[in-house]
Amino acid sequence: MSSYNNTARFSEARRVAIFGGTHGNEMSGVTLVNLWTKNGAEIQRKAVEAVPFITNPKAVEKCTRYVDTDLNRAFTPENLSAPGGNNLPYEVLRAQEINRIFGPKGSPEAYDVIFDLHNTTSNMGCTLILESSKDYFNLQMMNYIKVVLVENLFYLQMNHLIVFFYAGLEVGPQPQGVLRSNIFEAMRVILKHALDFIELFNEGVEFPPCTVEVFRVLERIDYPRDANGNIIAMVHPNLQDCDWEPLNPGDPMFQTFDGKTIHYQGSGTVYPTFINEAAYYEKQQAFITTRRETLVASAIKKA
Amino acid sequence: MEVDQVVPLPRLPRVAVCGGTHGNELSGVYLVRELLKLQREVMKKEQEEDLKPASVLLVLSNPRAMQQCRRYVDTDLNRCFTHATLNGPLSDMAPYEIIRSRELNALLGPKGSPAAVDLVCDLHNTTANMGLCFIAYSDCDWICLHIFRHLQREMPDTPMRFLHFDVSNKESYSLDSVGKHGFAMEIGPQPHGVVRSNIYTAMKVGVQHMLDWVRLFNSGNVFEGGFVDVFTMVKHIDYPRDSETRNITAAIHPCLQDRDFCLLHPEDPLFQTFSGETVRYKGTEPLYPFFINECAYYEKGIALSLARKRRVTIPAIRVQTEQEQQPNEQGFASEEEE
Repeated sequence: MSSYNNTARFSEARRVAIFGGTHGNEMSGVTLVNLWTKNGAEIQRKAVEAVPFITNPKAVEKCTRYVDTDLNRAFTPENLSAPGGNNLPYEVLRAQEINRIFGPKGSPEAYDVIFDLHNTTSNMGCTLILESSKDYFNLQMMNYIKVVLVENLFYLQMNHLIVFFYAGLEVGPQPQGVLRSNIFEAMRVILKHALDFIELFNEGVEFPPCTVEVFRVLERIDYPRDANGNIIAMVHPNLQDCDWEPLNPGDPMFQTFDGKTIHYQGSGTVYPTFINEAAYYEKQQAFITTRRETLVASAIKKA
Repeated sequence: MEVDQVVPLPRLPRVAVCGGTHGNELSGVYLVRELLKLQREVMKKEQEEDLKPASVLLVLSNPRAMQQCRRYVDTDLNRCFTHATLNGPLSDMAPYEIIRSRELNALLGPKGSPAAVDLVCDLHNTTANMGLCFIAYSDCDWICLHIFRHLQREMPDTPMRFLHFDVSNKESYSLDSVGKHGFAMEIGPQPHGVVRSNIYTAMKVGVQHMLDWVRLFNSGNVFEGGFVDVFTMVKHIDYPRDSETRNITAAIHPCLQDRDFCLLHPEDPLFQTFSGETVRYKGTEPLYPFFINECAYYEKGIALSLARKRRVTIPAIRVQTEQEQQPNEQGFASEEEE
């Protein structure tokens, strides 16, 4: 516990990237990045270089999630070092390009913080995605945003490959290909506060120790399928739109197309999220289960 | 026209229910698949019991788009049913949907001929908050209007509207125009690529009531006359766009988002620009907005559509007797000319 009494020191977060269009049909990020590329006044902060960037331009142009393969799963060490030039899938080439421009992590040229903007068809509200429970900088930033916004903000801890100092921002519900004003403005406000935090940090403000409530990912639950792999049931009306609410053993989970209920058979209460995300039908995922956890971040200050 | 007089109309022996005309509108896809499964089971039973099967054709209109979970592969299938497109010359390089529209026309049509199915119900979803809508080319097709009224009575908790697009027979372009009667059943809000159980169930129940009505009609039931409120499309409004890039520069205003069929008055907010300004409705006539923020219409230059509402009187109807049928064999469209 003594480590929490020490202030963790980080170097200045001078270079910040804001990614939109990692999935070409998630419109809030695409629109914000295009807006800020044209006029970046809103994202300017003292001593911070904030760069808006469209990560998957071909997918954005076609208003589709991806062209060859999901860019947000393409940042594997294998892909990043693959030879082959133009024979590679489009998104692998993009991952290599993005890694070249903004990374790699640990190198002196690497960007300090990356915000990757996403939308979901799930009723997740505003969700910040955290890669590591020891990432005190991100935890403090998330705590700052929550405190400033005083609204419902959820933190999801996943286990993606970490390439950058990465903060995923997922806002829903919004259909793919659609721009909803309230969702757009919510994402915009969160980024505003995130950049304010970075500016304060760079000015030398010390942020005291804090606790942050997170939801830790447990497992992915697929739709019930028949022998041919076809989906045979839908998310139950009692579960639909109930992201972050407790799902208890015995609660309705799915409803077959002819009206029968399938119940959750787990051993304990879980907190489901990413309920009925359009892009996850092909990834065999109806929703994911999480459990609530409290993470502690030590005080942080610029080195 | 006297409301008391019962109008006799030709039998409807063949009904088609179509899903997946847009491959990512999933309620119709899953419903037609489920109905096909049930039909196979019923047919097996009927073969065993030697019963006459009900003539409901179940069609998955755009299999390739369904497989890719996209609206279309080359071009929007639901714009490929004009007489010109169906009968014009066909090259080897024709778009997939045009080849498909001809196959569907052979299966369900030919459009405009006596061989066409009697009723086409084409299932769709929208990202707009429209509830359940019938979309038809005519505001005086008594069959479609009576089916609508039947659904309204059987499903009083489901918001339901009858939308009329005033397009002539010559110009009609959608799949439902292939049958002697036809309409699209459009239900939202549902994101494309997603099936929401409440939306699926509303569609399943709606289709069931439609088929029940057809059976009642064919059996000789008299359906009393009355009134239906019809929304007739007047115009579309596009997003404000950047003159160079054509990218949109505003989103549907939060006061308008999800408020389909709530009367829009002159000066009401329409859009909110990304710099925070409100763009207002400049028309002089209050109109009813619908298809507010439909995903697929961004590329068609439509942010929302506007309709006028009017009350349509519908006569009592029943099926023609066998004697009444013969002179009407050629004139199946006659009730629309009244």
